[in-house]
Amino acid sequence: MQLTNRSKVVSNKEQSSMEKLYLPGIVKGMLITGSHLFKRRATVKYPEETRPRAAVYRGWHVLKRDENGAERCTACGLCAVACPAEAITMESAERKKGEENLYREEKYAKTYEINMLRCIFCGLCEEACPKEAIFLTDRLVETEYEREDFVYGKNKLVEKIDKRIDVSKRQTTEVEEFKKLPGLKHNSVWQEKKINKH
Amino acid sequence: MKVTIDGIEIDVPKGTTILQAARMIGPEVAPPAMCYYSKLKTSGGYCRTCIVKVTQGSSANPNPMPKPVASCRTEVMDGMVVENFINPDVLEARKGVVEFLLINHPLDCPVCDQAGECKLQDLGYENGSSKTRYEFKRREYEMIDIGDKIKLHMNRCILCYRCVKTADQITNNRVHGVISRGDAAEISTYIENFIDNDFSGNVIDVCPVGALTDKTFRFKQRVWFTKPVDANRSCDKCSGKTRVWLKGEEVVRVTARKDQWDEVEEFICNSCRYDHKKKSDWVIEGPSPINRNSVISQNHYQHLNELKVQIMKQQKALGFMPIDKKP
Repeated sequence: MQLTNRSKVVSNKEQSSMEKLYLPGIVKGMLITGSHLFKRRATVKYPEETRPRAAVYRGWHVLKRDENGAERCTACGLCAVACPAEAITMESAERKKGEENLYREEKYAKTYEINMLRCIFCGLCEEACPKEAIFLTDRLVETEYEREDFVYGKNKLVEKIDKRIDVSKRQTTEVEEFKKLPGLKHNSVWQEKKINKH
Repeated sequence: MKVTIDGIEIDVPKGTTILQAARMIGPEVAPPAMCYYSKLKTSGGYCRTCIVKVTQGSSANPNPMPKPVASCRTEVMDGMVVENFINPDVLEARKGVVEFLLINHPLDCPVCDQAGECKLQDLGYENGSSKTRYEFKRREYEMIDIGDKIKLHMNRCILCYRCVKTADQITNNRVHGVISRGDAAEISTYIENFIDNDFSGNVIDVCPVGALTDKTFRFKQRVWFTKPVDANRSCDKCSGKTRVWLKGEEVVRVTARKDQWDEVEEFICNSCRYDHKKKSDWVIEGPSPINRNSVISQNHYQHLNELKVQIMKQQKALGFMPIDKKP
């Protein structure tokens, strides 16, 4: 029974004396190699050189702080329930008196962990977040030696007060509109700032 | 008495309200209710979410009722014809009611412990619009501790009076009522006169929103990260039949069991609710029935069997061969 019509009979022909020399074959190969020296390189010398990434690239997450430096995340758990890879876990706690400048709302995330090995960088957490707290950024996740080190806690996710991360390019017009709704309490800070500017 | 609701006819005894008759038919015609509670006498008539259109008053007087009526307070007449979900006017009116209920609501669902099992969330999702038109300052109150176990967020309250009726009817003496009127009305405990009745904790379960929440569960977990199981223990005060919400091996809270209308099946005592937070305290019967469209059933895979039965029913209706004979 014939299984395929693409079968070839292997030729067992003896090599000619020219072919037995191998020299023409080597020269031919070297010419191909040499021609590549004058072509454009397909690679870049990472990490000294990096390729440009889009502003909406989905990489290392950031937990944003608001204009006063208070953490926006209120541990509502919507990112975790939206996450298809179940990479996000968190524990919440109640804000105490005197911590108003640390956390924006009365509840905050005591721990917040993203397992970067589980994460598929789909951005659904960013989409689900009602507080504009979590954003994916164009930073790449760092390499690590241990698997445990890929579980990023708040120390690696929350932005540093003196080193803010700009996510304004990822914010859609809908988000900007939402921020202008005067009835929502968490927008009041933003509103006041806007008024002061004018 | 024969009554037709959304084209479905049913025979009900005299004195039944339209809402009760609709619930007898099933959830496909039953109007939503925020204040009516079948276990509490004289409840209902405050929130207006259950409004329906009566297109024929009775067979004796076939004239329609001029305005939508509150179905929880209107008794059926013989030959009455009621329109609920099939009438666009009713849906429009209900949308207005939802907008009014949400006018002073702080919309702090990300912080609220009730999120995920909140009836106002469901109602807003099903009947409301996604945007608010209200631009003024919302009514604001300070949080109040009612006793050491209950937290009252008056901001979230929709004044359904369910907790007041519970305090009146389940507990022996009333220490919990509503003061002031209209826009200024608020649930009060007769100025910090807290409830120390054995059954006072049930006001948490009857509250359709997050106004009354369990302080022992406060900010512990989001509801959808916990797993509800039906459990029991021998208790000398109540039946001991409760719903225990587990996170791993930890009991994060205990509530009463709720039926398909989100009403408590049996009221439970405070000792069961607050003091037994160890898994060894409870005899676990099995996973609680949760609507599979609910966020609580997210990532819980206990309803696969139920889903299978549903799929088989649909396949049968379409004339497929069943994939598996055993349900």
